Amino acid sequence: MNVKTPSKLEKIFAAGHVAVTSECGPPRGSDPDSIVKKAELIKNHVDAINVTDNQTSVVRMSSLAACIRIKLMGLEPILQMVTRDRNRIALQSDILGAASFDIHNILCLSGDHQSFGDNKQGQNVHDLDSMQLVQTVRYMRDEGKFLGGEEIKRPPRMFVGAAANPFADPFEIRVPRLAKKVTCGAEFIQTQCIYNLDRFEEWMKRIRDRGLHEKVYIMAGMTPMKSVGMARYMKNRVPGMDVPDDVVKRLEGTPKEKQAEEGIKICVEAMERLKSCKGVAGFHIMAIEWEEKVPEIVEKAGLFPRPAVD
Amino acid sequence: MRLHYPSSVKIVRVPCTGKVDVIHILRAFEKGADGVYVVGCEEGSCQYTSGNFRARKRVEQVKHLLDGIGIGGERAQMFNLSSGEGPRFAKFAVEMDERIRKLGPNPIKIRSAEKKTAA
Amino acid sequence: MIVADKKPIEEIIESVKEFKKILILGCNECVTVCEAGGKKEVGILASALRMFFLNQGKDVKIDEQTLERQCDHEYLEEIRDVVDQYEAILSLACGVGVQFTAEKYHSTPILPGVNTCFLGATEQRGLWTERCQACGSCILAFTGGICPVSRCAKRLLNGPCGGSSKGKCEISKDVDCAWQLIIDRLKALGKLDEYEKVQPIKNWSTDRAGGPRRVVREDVAL
Repeated sequence: MNVKTPSKLEKIFAAGHVAVTSECGPPRGSDPDSIVKKAELIKNHVDAINVTDNQTSVVRMSSLAACIRIKLMGLEPILQMVTRDRNRIALQSDILGAASFDIHNILCLSGDHQSFGDNKQGQNVHDLDSMQLVQTVRYMRDEGKFLGGEEIKRPPRMFVGAAANPFADPFEIRVPRLAKKVTCGAEFIQTQCIYNLDRFEEWMKRIRDRGLHEKVYIMAGMTPMKSVGMARYMKNRVPGMDVPDDVVKRLEGTPKEKQAEEGIKICVEAMERLKSCKGVAGFHIMAIEWEEKVPEIVEKAGLFPRPAVD
Repeated sequence: MRLHYPSSVKIVRVPCTGKVDVIHILRAFEKGADGVYVVGCEEGSCQYTSGNFRARKRVEQVKHLLDGIGIGGERAQMFNLSSGEGPRFAKFAVEMDERIRKLGPNPIKIRSAEKKTAA
Repeated sequence: MIVADKKPIEEIIESVKEFKKILILGCNECVTVCEAGGKKEVGILASALRMFFLNQGKDVKIDEQTLERQCDHEYLEEIRDVVDQYEAILSLACGVGVQFTAEKYHSTPILPGVNTCFLGATEQRGLWTERCQACGSCILAFTGGICPVSRCAKRLLNGPCGGSSKGKCEISKDVDCAWQLIIDRLKALGKLDEYEKVQPIKNWSTDRAGGPRRVVREDVAL
């Protein structure tokens, strides 16, 4: 098997399996149990667990600390890291800290603007952007050097990921933008939540036209809708989210107490359809504060049990 | 029509209310005016397109400043009418006269007088 | 130009209320154009403050003067003979003018009468928008003449982020997505293929990050 890192996620991909990841949002407090409990809920049904980094700019327990907790449980964390809050000194330093615990996956992001969060008056950093962070991790890993050029003793061995939003504007550069991330060294991609399957498939077609699916593992992002209210919110309020009217209508036509079930059904149907979309190498299930439903979704989508790799 | 309006009103004629600047209104208050109002053409019928809109913005600025310095923004006002509306002109004068009488004299005028007596 | 905005009259009053002799000092450059600190605004503020103090029963002398610039020695010298007559100067210049005046007249309090906002342009009457953050190493040649450092809320050198929606930024529907503008312009220039060039990690040492900056020009220094 041709792999560059000890990452379990990379091995799953390399073995040709459809990978499954999910995410845990760290708590708004220092209680270690909450992250452990969330991880327990999903650990048998996913290959790796993303840990979000102060998502939507709301202060939470640090992604690195929560990743360490998950690693200590014997699981496979994916360290999400945004460039909003740390300069290149802190980014490299945290990468080393994660590497010291043998955290082998990182997802490089720019992060939501701080105006969405609970510290609207704060500064943002953006010393690097997400692509440059991808370059940085790859440089640290492959060259064994810091950005400053000095050698790293025991360099990080991380499988490097980035995000892609097939639905943001302008659509015409969505594929070139992914190509740029691949050029920078991204090895896997997790997409924004997909509801508009036609548009996603069009995006994937353009990816295949350029052969990008052979250079990077693309994981389709899935978020089950809990209710019609959530669908409307995602449609109207979340920037860069594409929720077609028929999804909203389908939930509207479902009695309130059955909407959650219907939301999961929509999600599983989408996964079934995308399993046969060439170039989709896995699924990233973002069940926001609904982690307990991840096993059900994975099972219904026919992705359980998870394969074992060495 | 020989309409009557309060004799307290001193008219300053300008070619267009767009000519009236913030400083002109403030100076009037500094010199002891108890109230200042600007009467422009109906909105949308300015000969110079936007003169009366400019005047409205400036009157708003003046109101804000007068509030800020403790003189009271209600002493300044913008009105609009068309040139043939004499009765409305008189009505605005009565309205302003009544409003200002209720508010009492411009405190600046009183303070200036006190200062002169003291000197 | 440097774009400034007026400070609220209440804040100005709070800063000058202890003084008996005040010079309000305007500037004929940028702050005049953006209608925050030119001769006209000096006159308005002076009139308002005179009335305020009079109404408080205080005898305060308020004078007005507007200099060609407050960021050059020559023009600031014009008040040297009168500066001692005042207990404070309320400068309506940008932060540069306020500081340069303070440096020159060391023992006179120099107070700011405007908030200095950004380097920008008059988009229309009453609307000024940012165009430059003076990062000290211009990349406009690579971004279709549109600056992502000043106009992208995350100053992404390789944008846009996933929050770009219908040409607008995720932070507000009133803010254009800089990267949408860049892409539109690259397209208009027939250079969209240049989009795929990765912008390298920027050297921010010429930006604020490098500490107070200087431009030294031996060729023009005397």
